[in-house]
Amino acid sequence: MDFIFYFGEVFTLTSMLLLIGGTIGGLIMGATPGLSPTMTVALLIPFTFNMTPVHGLILLGAAYTSTVAGGAVSAILLKIPGAPANIATTLDGNAMARKGEGAKALQLSFISSLIGGIFGVFLLIFLTPVLAKMANSFGYSHTFWLAIIGVTVIGSLEAGSVVKGLLSGCIGMWLATIGFDDIQGVKRFVFHPALGGGVNIIPALIGLFAIPQVITMFAKGRFQTDIKQITVKKHPISQAFREVFSRKRALAIGTSIGSVIGLIPGVGGQIAGLLAYDQAKKFSPEKAKFGTGHSEGVIAAESANNAMVGPSLVPLLTLSIPGSPTAAVLLGGLIIHGIFPGPTLFQDYPEVIWPFINSMLIGQILMCIFGIYIASLAARVAQVPQFIMAAIVLGLAAFGSFAVQQSMGDVYVMVVLGTMMYFLERFGFSAAPLVLGLILGPIAESNFVTGSLISTAQNGPFIYFFTGGLNIVLVSIVILSVGFSIWSEITAKRQET
Amino acid sequence: MNILQHKLSSGFVACIAIIVCYISFTRQPTDAYLFPRVISVFFLGLALWTFIKALLGLSKVGNGLSLTMFKNMFPGILISSIYLFIAAKSLGFYTATTIAFFLLLISYDPAPHTNLNSWTKRIIITACFIAIMYTLFAKILVVYTPRGMFI
Repeated sequence: MDFIFYFGEVFTLTSMLLLIGGTIGGLIMGATPGLSPTMTVALLIPFTFNMTPVHGLILLGAAYTSTVAGGAVSAILLKIPGAPANIATTLDGNAMARKGEGAKALQLSFISSLIGGIFGVFLLIFLTPVLAKMANSFGYSHTFWLAIIGVTVIGSLEAGSVVKGLLSGCIGMWLATIGFDDIQGVKRFVFHPALGGGVNIIPALIGLFAIPQVITMFAKGRFQTDIKQITVKKHPISQAFREVFSRKRALAIGTSIGSVIGLIPGVGGQIAGLLAYDQAKKFSPEKAKFGTGHSEGVIAAESANNAMVGPSLVPLLTLSIPGSPTAAVLLGGLIIHGIFPGPTLFQDYPEVIWPFINSMLIGQILMCIFGIYIASLAARVAQVPQFIMAAIVLGLAAFGSFAVQQSMGDVYVMVVLGTMMYFLERFGFSAAPLVLGLILGPIAESNFVTGSLISTAQNGPFIYFFTGGLNIVLVSIVILSVGFSIWSEITAKRQET
Repeated sequence: MNILQHKLSSGFVACIAIIVCYISFTRQPTDAYLFPRVISVFFLGLALWTFIKALLGLSKVGNGLSLTMFKNMFPGILISSIYLFIAAKSLGFYTATTIAFFLLLISYDPAPHTNLNSWTKRIIITACFIAIMYTLFAKILVVYTPRGMFI
């Protein structure tokens, strides 16, 4: 119950202003198609430099929570999911809006997001310290395998092709080795002076997530935007609350699926929303209504994608392994403030981590309140032409990358990595495993090198890294995740033919 | 459909993998390259697998690039590259950003260039954007950006 002790920090004036600002900004950014939660958090990190770690993290946490929920606004009113996590919401949400129930769909979406989100954050509050205690007994080999799991799981699930996903992970791990080696101080792979200090995580994250979006917007050319917003009629909020609680099955399915999916590194909100929608449909006595504007569809999808947010931070805070690409970006935000997640995080920085988690709890409530009342404004912002959005994002990316170390080298790294990522994405490569490789690479390397040094004095590297109960379990997870993805890919190909 | 593009992209990745592997196994001291060696073996194996698949025409994931897309993105990439690699340092960050932002609006705004209102709109949007960026980065975050010719 440590978290109660640190609630006071969330209710200070600065924290509340940041929480409100982050929530409103996040809702608007989330509602804007093309601005994903990951990109929003990455672009926000440079703004947190001058803040205290608590305030910086409160802003990032509020933005993460509300961008996921904000994506529902454009999914419902414009039939364009603000983020991949809101794809399932489009199915019934937009159908409801077209029937004149836009306000009701928005209210249902934010209320179910609130319930799912609060459940997810409570899971984060109660699971994290338990897992952190367990992680205390981890040795170098276990931490090494955990880092490898982070990359292989996301690599095999996120990309369209398992091989290309894993290859993206390898590219990320290689990029992480650029610069000076930590133990010997040797310069490695420094092909240009801009790479002298290695690849800085923040410009790399901004580049990998923002620049491909900018180029995608450029690639659409000079086109006339033809997005029609559906007019929203008023709907009493009390009825929406009653409706959500009368659809307990959909709410329970969405919340539980979202929470479990969030705990699995790399799976993400898109799968949580779609899986919850699918299961809610399977278990519903009104299956035929799904897709025609059924409230259960919106409730299941939205409770799932927000329930995923809290649990996706559990592996991040306890094991340094981000549960989603956005969590990976948050890890960058933590590192920038000198906070290195791991088993001792709650002992070393309780005054930072607990207010951050508590703020996510309050953020869920604010997200629901503001979401309901500013949805129409957010939908209007979402209609800002893509060419203006592209130019704004490019400017923010340039300034944000430069601000990290006041270095043009970082800007070059950002733009080169981002442009390369755009072209690679067109051929089935994915940014998420690359980012995880980049972030987890140094963790994997330091534990691998230290483990190797210890093993040479003992029974050799094979016994050190491949024997022992926990090592075998972790190696099995790596093999199973890759094997399962290859099997799924082969099955999908057979079904196609 | 995009067999040649798949060959080129996977060939590019395979070339990087070969260079990384070569450097990892030839540079000294060995201890500093222990982890890169392990990574580069997997990197090379997966890159060659992808390249061979592309050579055999079996690489199908990803839609590649059409000529229209390339033509559409070309002005944007050109303006961005000149802005970030040359102008930002020589003209100063804010001047370069203003020019690049305005040029991007001109290049991608579907409104006719003969319309005076659209020009006014572009100028106002650019001015607002740069004012916000200046307030945020120069005044609030106190980031010292290159001033270029204004030094």
